[in-house]
Amino acid sequence: MSEAIRNPAGPVELEARELSVLYGETRALKYVSLKIPDRQVVSFIGPSGCGKSTLLRCFNRMNDLIPGVKIEGEALFQGRNLYGTGVDAVDVRRRIGMVFQKPNPFPKSIYDNVVFGPKINGYKGDFSELVERSLRQAALWEEVKDRLEANALSLSGGQQQRLCIARALAVEPEVLLMDEPASALDPIATQKIEDLIYDLKQDYTVVIVTHSMQQAARVSDHTAFLYMGEVVEYGPTNELFTNPREERTEAYITGRFG
Amino acid sequence: MTEPVKDAVAVPAAPTPRTNGRPATQFVRPTFAGLQRPSNGSINADESNSAPHPAAQRDPSRFAPRVAQRRFIASAFAALCLVATLIGVVVLAALLIDIFRDGASRLSWSMITGFPSRFADRAGIGPALAGSAWVLALTALFAFPLGVGTAIWLEEYAPNNRWRRLIEMNIANLAGVPSIVYGILGLALFVRVMSLGRSLMAAALTLALLILPVIIIASQEAIKAVPRTIRLGAYALGATRWETIKHQILPVALPGIMTGTILALSRAIGEAAPVILVGALGFVAFIPTNPSDQYTVLPFQIFNWVSRPQTAFHEVAAAASIVLLALLLSMSAIAIWLRNKYTRRS
Repeated sequence: MSEAIRNPAGPVELEARELSVLYGETRALKYVSLKIPDRQVVSFIGPSGCGKSTLLRCFNRMNDLIPGVKIEGEALFQGRNLYGTGVDAVDVRRRIGMVFQKPNPFPKSIYDNVVFGPKINGYKGDFSELVERSLRQAALWEEVKDRLEANALSLSGGQQQRLCIARALAVEPEVLLMDEPASALDPIATQKIEDLIYDLKQDYTVVIVTHSMQQAARVSDHTAFLYMGEVVEYGPTNELFTNPREERTEAYITGRFG
Repeated sequence: MTEPVKDAVAVPAAPTPRTNGRPATQFVRPTFAGLQRPSNGSINADESNSAPHPAAQRDPSRFAPRVAQRRFIASAFAALCLVATLIGVVVLAALLIDIFRDGASRLSWSMITGFPSRFADRAGIGPALAGSAWVLALTALFAFPLGVGTAIWLEEYAPNNRWRRLIEMNIANLAGVPSIVYGILGLALFVRVMSLGRSLMAAALTLALLILPVIIIASQEAIKAVPRTIRLGAYALGATRWETIKHQILPVALPGIMTGTILALSRAIGEAAPVILVGALGFVAFIPTNPSDQYTVLPFQIFNWVSRPQTAFHEVAAAASIVLLALLLSMSAIAIWLRNKYTRRS
């Protein structure tokens, strides 16, 4: 088992240590340990219900919002336990941003969507400049620069998702968690999101949950395969897809299940 | 990039039949409450692996479609529903026609602004209209913040346990308590214990209690209708619960809350029974100017005139009813306008 978990070398941004998540009596995530390197892209793959989204949500404490959830073990961000005493989930979520499966812009203007996070977090700079910078980072600026006051819901699905990415980047996080960010989008919008992920890793650590193995193979440096709440295998994406060490990984990536 | 990757993987020892370019699935997915979803792969596999469709062995004798009979039942049901609708519409129309026939001739500006009189041809509804307006404003002032606050607490803060369910059940029950009971409560609590006497304040507080459950339930529904993804989006940006409520949930829920509140308020200004108990007067010859003043309201003024023997007063009552109806209809119209204005956008 241990040689199936190949933690990358170099500075670690996020780490799970014997991390478990319980929904009532069900242990959805079982004693997971892995390290996520700084400014690289890591993807979590696995069949539905394998715990990959649950693991992702541990890193910005979004699981806290689910009633009856219990977390055991540690999730570390830059060496500090996110579930330790004195750590405020509100602060965690500013530093570790998240993009959801379905684009969820607020039903407000494009501008208001971007400035909401910075405003509540007491941003002191120039808001117009921040909006332009965030939208440029999300490769959306050219498409919306003339209609920042338009309702965000008037954008296409792919544009909405890029707006959600811009919104997340506007609070200047260090990590971006993405929960199947392209699964509700068409192939062209998906490609834009993937290109964007590639660009983002210059400045951010990106963790992406995906159902598409092609996507994992295209965008990520490291891939973890989860199955039934456990990390079956974790390693460099190339190795995991070309030379899986676990039979279950091989079965999954060749499409024998999932 | 993926294709060469796949080719490099050793082909499994027992080759599985392929369909639509995908291997067939024999694997049973792990179940996980709430997260499981059907897999495209297995659906495709089932279709292609199962036996040929039994269409080859069709046997019409196994069915008895009786289309004509079913069509008849369908149209009969539609006709019944139409009749049910028409009964309501006809009765309402008859009521309106009757009121208008009696009251339209007495409707005039001097009647709307005038003071009551013991001579029917000089009687006006000025004080009653002003009283209703006062009661409406004061009731809204008390009931809106209390109702919306309760709804926010129940939906956003209260833990989902048996106490919350008990509170919600009781609120739902309170919505069904007859208004006269609220009148008795108002008389005991506001008029006597709080010594507010026969004041606008006592009436407004009583009516506020009466419509509070309706406002709470309507606001809860409006808050519940805000998509969970919006909340999650706000929390994920580091918003606190209050910031999420203030900036994201309330703006979306507000049209629904306003609609519910306006409809509840129109119920309040149509009520006569509770205001009679808390001391509305039958004859008020002044316009109330502050919340501690004595008062009357339109429904009670109408009731007072209708119960007099002279038919001339019945005509004034009908005219006053037209004014009350117009008031209620315009409040409903505002509610509908608000709902349409905001639902079209989202």
